[in-house]
Amino acid sequence: MLLSQFLVLAAALFAFGIYGLLVRRNIVLILLSVELMLNAVNINLIAFESIWVSPEAIGQIFAIFVITVAAAEVGIGLAIVLMIFRNRKSANVDDLNLMRW
Amino acid sequence: MTFVDWISAPVNWVFTIIGLVVIFSGFRVVTSRNIVHAALYLVGALGGTAGLFLMLSAEFVAWVLVLVYIGAVIVLFLFGIMITRAPTGLDESLNSDHKALPALLASGFFLMMSWASIDAFGTQVIDSTGEPVPTEIIGESLFGRFVIPFEVVSFVLLAALIGGITLARRDLSPAEEEERSAV
Repeated sequence: MLLSQFLVLAAALFAFGIYGLLVRRNIVLILLSVELMLNAVNINLIAFESIWVSPEAIGQIFAIFVITVAAAEVGIGLAIVLMIFRNRKSANVDDLNLMRW
Repeated sequence: MTFVDWISAPVNWVFTIIGLVVIFSGFRVVTSRNIVHAALYLVGALGGTAGLFLMLSAEFVAWVLVLVYIGAVIVLFLFGIMITRAPTGLDESLNSDHKALPALLASGFFLMMSWASIDAFGTQVIDSTGEPVPTEIIGESLFGRFVIPFEVVSFVLLAALIGGITLARRDLSPAEEEERSAV
């Protein structure tokens, strides 16, 4: 196994995440794209950990922290989406034009 | 290392299969016109990632990923989709019409990152035996050197919990409040 094969796969996932973030209109789908990007970062962390093995498994610890923060982000994000939907009757980012003119 | 050498190792067949699943699912997550399918394709991408973690001897993280993401986060996403009453059938308006620039940006990023990765670590071989890192090491590290980040993360989760409840709670209108107190 080469290290770069994992890195290239993670880069592809991250690129899909960027594309989804920019192209999607529904807020829930934008959050899904963010999850894809966080997941790509986790692959990188684990791959680097397996090549520079540390006695404290630092790469895996960081991946666990990333997963935890991502879970918190989804919880808050969906609560905000719920709020927006209640006020605007829509989960479409194009309808949220209050902050621009 | 030539491609023939690379592909003749059985572990790389496994990688190729899992990689194709992950790439296809990731692609469908961002292109699917059905919002529920997009969320379910994310399960494929995350499950494949868990398989990669098992290959890289990160067994604990792989199962954490399965439990937290596939078990909890995807369910939360499906709740979000159902609650916001998104059209669950085919929907043409899910994507913006301006696709060329994002595609250019994403492919440019991919080419740059993969060039940098191959340039920097082109021949670096992972000589992993597949032996999982003992969970004991992760536990000791988490409650030893990383105990303060661990506590901070637990605080973040608590704040997210309270924040989520506060945001999602519907404030009663004065009339409803009256009705409640009467009962």
